[in-house]
Amino acid sequence: MRESTYRADHSRCFLPATDAPWWALVAVFLLFPALTATAGEWTPIAKDDVHDPRSPAVKLLQEPAEALAPLAPDFVGTGNQVRWVEAYDKGQIKPRQSLDPSRPIRKRDTDVIMNVKGGMPAVRFPHRQHTELIDCSTCHAKVFKEVAGATGISMLLILEGEQCGICHGAVSFPLTECTRCHSIARPGEGKPKIPEGFDPMLHQRKRQER
Amino acid sequence: MRRRLLILFAALLAVSAVPPAAAEYADVVINRAAEKNGMRPVVFPHWFHRIRFACRVCHTELAINPRAASNIITMSDIIDGKFCGACHNNDIAWGVDRCDICHSGKRGLPSGIVGGHETSGPGRW
Repeated sequence: MRESTYRADHSRCFLPATDAPWWALVAVFLLFPALTATAGEWTPIAKDDVHDPRSPAVKLLQEPAEALAPLAPDFVGTGNQVRWVEAYDKGQIKPRQSLDPSRPIRKRDTDVIMNVKGGMPAVRFPHRQHTELIDCSTCHAKVFKEVAGATGISMLLILEGEQCGICHGAVSFPLTECTRCHSIARPGEGKPKIPEGFDPMLHQRKRQER
Repeated sequence: MRRRLLILFAALLAVSAVPPAAAEYADVVINRAAEKNGMRPVVFPHWFHRIRFACRVCHTELAINPRAASNIITMSDIIDGKFCGACHNNDIAWGVDRCDICHSGKRGLPSGIVGGHETSGPGRW
């Protein structure tokens, strides 16, 4: 059982469909420095805009590039540019599971399939990848009821940083990776894909209307 | 023409949404009490810790709520071995006497999670 490796089609995700190509060139030109700034590299701590460059820590702390470059790579600009679950499964990282060795480590290996309206590929939630690292109590029952289908899950809430969005978009792979969760292809499709003409800004508009 | 202007506006919006510099994804700035007490804010690097510890260690065993800025973490708790102090005790990691290594953030930063799509894309992404 592997994490879906399909990448969201960003061109369709964020840019309005148009037949005028000039603006795309302008956008690419303007975005170029931002897109290339992190290509295969990580911002040094002294320049990351959160650490005080005058702090003595800057010379002592491990640099992200040193720690993250050897790990399973994710796309440029996506999260830490590391596929954390893949790095864990490959044994590239071996995080300690508890400080108190007598503490039970609860794991589970069931998938929850969530069908969704609107023609998006269905969502597969894999318990295994989550419980390798997280305890049941983080999600159950504060965030999600323990009965499949009992919790109304909403993309709007997720975008607001609730439900899956408590972690995804903040620390786990970001919400730009639509098809990593919406990973089950519709019948007749080879791989999950965002429906033709799907407008992800839909989420934004609905949020503003509320 | 109106359509073109709209598209240009959208492109400009996309550009302005890209943050100027890159804190590492999921870095957490902790500044509830630090600066009020004359210290730099704390920068907590998730990437560094998740290489070494599963999420459950801090977010279950040490009872740190995943919602950034919702935890009240004081130095006296840390000295008592709670929260960061469970490891930052000169045993697993450096102890509380090494103030500046954790308190290394730029002054004036508000508490919260930074470096991510939460803040750089449309809405809270």
